[in-house]
Amino acid sequence: MGALIARQVSGILAAQSARSGLPSAQESTEGGTRTPVLSEEESKATLARLADEVGKGGEINDLVLVGIRRRGDHLAARLASHLLSRHETDVPTGSLDITLYRDDFAQIGPRPIIGVTDIPVDLTDRRVVVVDDVLFTGRTIRAALNELADFGRPRRIELCVLIDRGGRELPIHADYVGTTVEVGVGQRVVVHVPEEDGELGAFLESEQEAG
Amino acid sequence: MTPAAAAPSPAGHHLGKDLIGLEDLDADRIQAILDTAEPFKEISERPIKKVPVLRGKTIVNLFFEPSTRTRISFEFAEKRLGADTVNISASGSSVEKGETLVDTARNLEAMRIDMVVVRHGSSGAAQFLAERIPSNVINAGDGQHEHPTQALLDLLTLRDTLGKIKGIKVCIVGDIRHSRVARSNIFGLLHMGAEVAVCGPRSLIPAGIEELGVRCFGRVEEAIEWSDALNILRLQLERMKTGFVPSLREYNRVFGVSRARLDAAGRRIVILHPGPMNRGVEIDSDVADGPESVILPQVTNGVAVRMAVLYLLAGGHPEHAEAAKGGAA
Repeated sequence: MGALIARQVSGILAAQSARSGLPSAQESTEGGTRTPVLSEEESKATLARLADEVGKGGEINDLVLVGIRRRGDHLAARLASHLLSRHETDVPTGSLDITLYRDDFAQIGPRPIIGVTDIPVDLTDRRVVVVDDVLFTGRTIRAALNELADFGRPRRIELCVLIDRGGRELPIHADYVGTTVEVGVGQRVVVHVPEEDGELGAFLESEQEAG
Repeated sequence: MTPAAAAPSPAGHHLGKDLIGLEDLDADRIQAILDTAEPFKEISERPIKKVPVLRGKTIVNLFFEPSTRTRISFEFAEKRLGADTVNISASGSSVEKGETLVDTARNLEAMRIDMVVVRHGSSGAAQFLAERIPSNVINAGDGQHEHPTQALLDLLTLRDTLGKIKGIKVCIVGDIRHSRVARSNIFGLLHMGAEVAVCGPRSLIPAGIEELGVRCFGRVEEAIEWSDALNILRLQLERMKTGFVPSLREYNRVFGVSRARLDAAGRRIVILHPGPMNRGVEIDSDVADGPESVILPQVTNGVAVRMAVLYLLAGGHPEHAEAAKGGAA
């Protein structure tokens, strides 16, 4: 399992060939196909590795994990529980809804559902690790950085993502990456968490599917 | 004053260009405003109480009638969303020099504004303005017509306190006849499925109000006995002059909500008041400051609900919002 976890998947074919003993990789969904990138077991192992890397990456006594809603906050909670069992340190975990900091309000208008942002501690002089499911254009992270600045002045801000799918439109990079995936035209990566979707895993979907 | 069979909204959250009243706003839209207000509450608790969502928008608060709390509440809401605001009051402006409402608004338009929050002494003024300028118009009270954001903050406070609006019993006490707060509350509560009653001197209850499905109480004791919540309106002191009410002491003796009357019900009845209060007239101090009172939470919710309305009106492209749902990470 260790080797499996450590590998950085490059491209969907690599992702599929590395999988063994798992059910057929490609499933049909309504209007499209979805291919697993990380199974439930692989997701759990990847999150455990990410938690270890975050733990080794710097001081954890002043660490705060901030997950971006509506998937990153659940991933942050999983990282926090790993850190608790590994380091016996209860890392404060917050959640961030970046809707009001998006740069496309003028283009798309108000989003119907805004989540509540909950930052439990003053971030001034803390080490903050922002957690998100998929890193794509970097615009969400830009919005998150602006929002975090309204909660204090952290000593350092790092970024942890489960999937890096490339396609950056801003000079933003992740410090901790679960796995990288190359995404073709008409495809997208989705991460599912039990709290929102009833399952844990990452999938490559063809974009005909609604939602 | 018939409750319009509000047409179902194509997209539940889409309010259109303006917010004029709750009469034509269906339950889906009201629900969308209240739900959107929830996350906005948290912004006012932050060390830096400002988000950039309306950055670069220019909003004019055009107040032809004196107002402290509504104007300040709107101004906080606008500033916390990052908008630029200008306040214009009737006194000391060109309005005093005889400029008409439309001329004032057109001159503001010529300076490239995005939204107007208007309060005016004439019923229908907000609608009149909305039909003549391309900016979003929000009614902050027009004559005896509507005051929709006050009713929305009352609905939000009731939902926070009682956990729901559908099925709750709310009695509005006081001058129903001249009150835009009462009208907006009646429409909003009925759309949301609450039971509504009014209570006050017969001279201050509009004829035919029962046809809306509103119950009338002539005695405040009966109203208290029936209610889950009382919304106690300010007795406009100028009503004395016009002879609707004999005296303040008489009004307090018959319709004042007192500790003794409240305790006689033997259960918790939520107390709302839109302010400013006449202590010792429509409401006694030990009720206003008592454990049942949600008068200060109403003020806090006022900012959140106005932020929600500004946010929802400012975008105005719901079809794009739908398409972008679950979009780029």
